[in-house]
Amino acid sequence: MYSFVTLLKKEILRFWKVGFQTVMAPVLTALLYQMIFSHVLSQHVEAYPGVSYTAFLIPGLAMMSMAQNAFANSSSSLIQSKITGSIVFLLLPPLSAPAFFGAYLLASIVRGLAVGAGVLLVTAGFGLPLPAQPLWLLAFAVLGCGVLGALGIMAGIWADKFDQLAAFQNFLIMPLTFLSGVFYSINSLPPLWRGVSHLNPVFYMIDGFRYGFFGQADVSPWLSLAVVGGCFVALSAWLMRLIVSGYKLRH
Amino acid sequence: MTHAISIDAVSKRFASLQALDRISFTVEHGEFFALLGPNGAGKTTLISAMAGLSRADSGRIRIMGLDTVTETRDARMKLGVVPQELVFDPFFSVRETLTFQSGYFGIRRNDAWVDELLHKLGLTDKANVNMRALSGGMKRRVMVAQALVHRPPVIVLDEPTAGVDVELRQSLWTFVKELNAAGHTIVLTTHYLEEAEALCSRIAMMKKGRLIALENKDTLLSRSAAREVSLQLSGELPASLRPLYLRQQDGRHILALPDISQLERVLGELRLAAVEVRELTVHETGLEQVFVKLMHGGQA
Repeated sequence: MYSFVTLLKKEILRFWKVGFQTVMAPVLTALLYQMIFSHVLSQHVEAYPGVSYTAFLIPGLAMMSMAQNAFANSSSSLIQSKITGSIVFLLLPPLSAPAFFGAYLLASIVRGLAVGAGVLLVTAGFGLPLPAQPLWLLAFAVLGCGVLGALGIMAGIWADKFDQLAAFQNFLIMPLTFLSGVFYSINSLPPLWRGVSHLNPVFYMIDGFRYGFFGQADVSPWLSLAVVGGCFVALSAWLMRLIVSGYKLRH
Repeated sequence: MTHAISIDAVSKRFASLQALDRISFTVEHGEFFALLGPNGAGKTTLISAMAGLSRADSGRIRIMGLDTVTETRDARMKLGVVPQELVFDPFFSVRETLTFQSGYFGIRRNDAWVDELLHKLGLTDKANVNMRALSGGMKRRVMVAQALVHRPPVIVLDEPTAGVDVELRQSLWTFVKELNAAGHTIVLTTHYLEEAEALCSRIAMMKKGRLIALENKDTLLSRSAAREVSLQLSGELPASLRPLYLRQQDGRHILALPDISQLERVLGELRLAAVEVRELTVHETGLEQVFVKLMHGGQA
């Protein structure tokens, strides 16, 4: 247990020491998105009855930033350790697979939540209401970061070089997060694209997270919870097996 | 009676390369043991298998009687490994690095031992310096400290002095000798054969994944035909000494002396042939010659 606590502490300290890059920068990026889009689209029709486009945008941006940073945390930490070789210091001690997985995952969630809190804080002035369903909000924040943190662990273990990790990030994670209804309600999409959006798990994270703020969403929060929770459990179980097998870590 | 390290028929293949080919040997408690061989001989692969960094295809390894596959956790607590590559985490200071490393082994509040390690390795004034700011030799010392945070009874040093200056090397060996004297079993791989010769009591040599020699150092050195006698003679070398002839060098005949007692025979033959000895030198040669000979296929 103490080995898990140590690795978690080390992983949190690692991103915290470079907080400008890992927390402040994504908060600023989200603020810029918010300023530009709310300026351009403030006259846009209401996304939901009684919810302005500017307010609608905020939870989406927050969740997108959380997801991207949760992914970045575990993936970049692992690939750096692998490429520099310092991962050997984690492989020599009797660190169990659950401790290894749990520490990287939880550190990703912590970074995701820190970024999310920052984004909400700086964008709240654009008309964000107090959460209508705080527990739903928290559940989707944690689970959303969990799914992306786990994906980051997978990518970090799988990739042998930065280029491969960048490909994973730019060709999978970025499209999934951008095409998930961050900037629009998917109900405004043509039927085909609405159908495609329903296959994207990030859509359910954002939709559920929005439900936490507005008490209304594109789909039922229970469906979103089932999809995001199911993804998290399946991904975690698979990753645990991968780590136990020593895939790409122990030759 | 368990061994400090027991390696039993361990094999490992990487694609077409047989990295380890049924390696078996034991290292006893308190030994200072050298594992030698050229690059690619399989030393690091064997160490990786001992440490669980790689998995052997077959065979068994035990550390202090604990199986590295079925009793992984306990076996790892008994083993400290200083990896060959100079690696470090650039985010942290020396003290943070050692405190985290203690934590990975499940050890809290290890400050007293960490302080002692810092002191013994001459790192006390660098404790709060970031790893990035240290010289290569200093980083190597931190790696030694990292391998010792959990006070393992068995310590493996994989080429610990590569790229380390003479002064640092000396102080490192003083420290390792102290650890050995305190009862720790030490396994060392090195390219500096004089280090192995000076420090180790037993020596294993590997070549292409196989063990080609495993001897007490003295036996290995004495078994070698590496002692030579250089003779400047007044006449021709008698035919009876031809079997010992190695080469001619600067007008001198160089003969092999499988045993120092053979010198008497050489002189006797020369006397018999009425050849006068004008100059005679005996070269006591060391591990390096044994090593070179073994690696080139000859028997020591």
